[in-house]
Amino acid sequence: MMETLSALTGLMAPAQLAFPEEVAGSVLAPYLLVSASMFVIGLIGFLTRKNMIIMFLCTELMFQAAGLALIAFGRHHLGADGQTFVIFVLCVAAAEAAMALALVVLLFRHRETLGASAWKELNG
Amino acid sequence: MMTASLINTLSAPLAMAPESQGPAAHLEHLVSHVGTGPGWVLLIPFLPLLGCALCGIYAFTGVKSKLPAWTTVGLLAIAFIATLSMFMGYDGEPYTVQAFEWFNLHYGERSFIANFSFFIDKLTILWMLFVTGLATLIALYASEYMAHDQGMGYCRFFAAFNLFVFSMACLVMGDNLIMLYLGWEGVGLCSYLLIGYFYKKPDAVAAAKKAFIVNRIGDLGLALGIYLTFVHFGTVQYAELFSSDKLHGYISAAAVGDFSMIPSQAQWIALLMMIGAFGKSAQFPLYVWLPDAMEGPTPVSALIHAATMVTAGVYLIARMYPVFLVSEHALPTVAWIGTITAVLAATIGMAQFDIKRIMAYSTVSQLGYMFAGLGLLTTTGAAFHVLTHAFFKALLFLACGAVMHGFAGQLDLRKLSGVAWMKGWGIVGVTMLVGCMNLAGLPYITSGFYSKDMILAEAFITPGYAVIGWILVATAILTAYYTFRVYFRVFVGPQHAEPGDEYHEELAEERVKAEHEEEDHGHHHFHPHAPGWAINAVLIVLAVASMLAIALAYIDKAEHYGWVGSMVAESTASFHSPYAAEAHHAHVDHVAPHAVAGPVGTAAPGTVFGMDAHNAMILISGIGAIVGVLIAAFLHGPKGWQGLFLGNRERADTTRMDAVARRAGPLPRWAENKWFVDEFYHAVLVTPLRVISHIFHWIDKLLIDGLVNIFGFLPRVFAWIIRPSQSGVLQGYAVSMAGGLAVILFVVLVFVVRAGGGA
Repeated sequence: MMETLSALTGLMAPAQLAFPEEVAGSVLAPYLLVSASMFVIGLIGFLTRKNMIIMFLCTELMFQAAGLALIAFGRHHLGADGQTFVIFVLCVAAAEAAMALALVVLLFRHRETLGASAWKELNG
Repeated sequence: MMTASLINTLSAPLAMAPESQGPAAHLEHLVSHVGTGPGWVLLIPFLPLLGCALCGIYAFTGVKSKLPAWTTVGLLAIAFIATLSMFMGYDGEPYTVQAFEWFNLHYGERSFIANFSFFIDKLTILWMLFVTGLATLIALYASEYMAHDQGMGYCRFFAAFNLFVFSMACLVMGDNLIMLYLGWEGVGLCSYLLIGYFYKKPDAVAAAKKAFIVNRIGDLGLALGIYLTFVHFGTVQYAELFSSDKLHGYISAAAVGDFSMIPSQAQWIALLMMIGAFGKSAQFPLYVWLPDAMEGPTPVSALIHAATMVTAGVYLIARMYPVFLVSEHALPTVAWIGTITAVLAATIGMAQFDIKRIMAYSTVSQLGYMFAGLGLLTTTGAAFHVLTHAFFKALLFLACGAVMHGFAGQLDLRKLSGVAWMKGWGIVGVTMLVGCMNLAGLPYITSGFYSKDMILAEAFITPGYAVIGWILVATAILTAYYTFRVYFRVFVGPQHAEPGDEYHEELAEERVKAEHEEEDHGHHHFHPHAPGWAINAVLIVLAVASMLAIALAYIDKAEHYGWVGSMVAESTASFHSPYAAEAHHAHVDHVAPHAVAGPVGTAAPGTVFGMDAHNAMILISGIGAIVGVLIAAFLHGPKGWQGLFLGNRERADTTRMDAVARRAGPLPRWAENKWFVDEFYHAVLVTPLRVISHIFHWIDKLLIDGLVNIFGFLPRVFAWIIRPSQSGVLQGYAVSMAGGLAVILFVVLVFVVRAGGGA
């Protein structure tokens, strides 16, 4: 393995030279545990809190939980896909955050409250 | 119904074709060199079309003068002159003139060609001469007759009038069956528009619809006939059709009486076209629309429903005569239907009181004569009768129309008397007498006599058709009776007139006049207004033309039985039964028969009471006509010389006929009610159709609409069920999403564990 790597050294770009080794299954598990914990905390927060900003933060938490899992798996499989994907997710999340916070501001202006239940009449 | 013997009689004359020239040789010669004619022939159909467009423009620009009438008269007169020069310049060879390419389709080996072009032969010229001539005269008459409606209605009338002449020109001059069909439907449309001219009158609207619908039945037959012609012969163009070897083969087979050689498909063509002719020419099962069509203005009745359009059926059969000859049953059926129509309509006409209706039934009856003539293989007789009838019946209608116009719509012969003696009505009285004499067929002095005689003689000459001959002679007596019934009651005798139901319109001005003349008259009285110069001039021209038509019987008599015969002889309708040739041979010494089937071999000349048929017919039908007139004089004539010293009528509404009618039981009433044919049709056809359409209406409403509505209603029900789940509570949605995710995860886990359990 090392011989192969050193044989390839001449051909590889410097960034790829620094590419770490694959993590073992036993190392992967804690990452996933953290990710799952974050997701569940986010979910519970979303379900139980009424403040729209807090609920929005909880969705961000769930987002990042998914991102963490993606990176962990990416590292596990030695692929760049996971990290690439997370960069996209971050971009989307940033755009979404701008949108969502703007919406919350608008909603607040209408009802003078941040409670989600203030918009209950938007039913079928 | 026909019997086998009658069918055989038809095939028999054809069997005597000469060896030298085939039975179709004449036809072959006629259509083998169809050249191209001069372009100005196109003026004849397109000038009326221009007139139609101009009248439409007048309507939109609000012309209130008589401009539409003068435009129409002018353009139609030019069209008539063009027809005359077409007649003068005709050199014996038929030709075509193309306006533009219409259908030109090629597929595989076959092609469908029907151009907007016109086929000119002598039959076409004969028809166009009286169509354009009468149209010009009647337009002139209508300029005065329709004057009460000047403005929008006047324009509408003349637009439809012009469109009619255009359609009739397409029908008669078209060089293919598609053109004929275009014209056929066009004249039907114009007939509809003009019958329903007084669209505020419910009767007129109903009559227009009736005419349209009854004609559709016939038109279906014609359409199928044309379709079958194309399927069987592969062409709808006359020139190609009549020169096709297939048709010539059939004619040869028919000439030897062998109809089994001719495929039934070819024989059906004539039978289907015959139905079309019955509809348009108001023959027996489909005649009911024509009497009702009298709701239209009188010039329309005269032009469309007496002189021209209703002869389209005769034209169709004459034009397609070779096709009719190869059909075993077509011509005998035509002969019998014509005879039945003639006698049935005459009996109804006898009992009517509305003079326009009497003329309408008389038209139906006379068309029956023409069809009988066609069925009896005398296209010349039929065409001659078409021509003479066109003149004298137009004259009769226009004279009746003048009466109707002058007496505020009065048409009841019980309420009018002595019209001819009233101030300003002399010309109407005299010309009406001329028309009546022609219709009655008084011997030698009327043209109607010669044309009717030709058909009657043919019936006696053709073996097996003597029954038709006797029925037609009896009908001729009835014709003379009902014609002079009108004359003796309305035009002669003590003067009496009650105004018709249009009187109230004139009431106001009438009152003023009455007050003014109070001292003279004592009380206010109805003043009919006598016809003006236009009506009188047209009546005189038509009366003179009816009398001059006698000469036509003598022109070219030796060779072609008169001028009309010479016209027909040089067309596809050319055919004379060899019996006629033989009988004629006995009648006129030098004879050169010019028949499709050729000269005669062994047939015995037709004789009646041991006399030559033509001479016998002159005697029988002449006596019949006089007897009919005398009966009319006895029953309806006024006292004194005006009733030929036979009548005793002193008032307008009481005659000897009343006593006769009382004794005759219910018969006169039944005849007055048109033998309840309309009621029968109503019960057998109209009512069931109405019931069925009501049933279908409800099926449509409940079943079809119901299904569609159910498919519209189902999504609404579904939405109504699931709508509460959208509660508006944000956490509710989150819970359902999380729950759904949990369920999916659970299912996936169970699946993975099961699958992975084995691994």
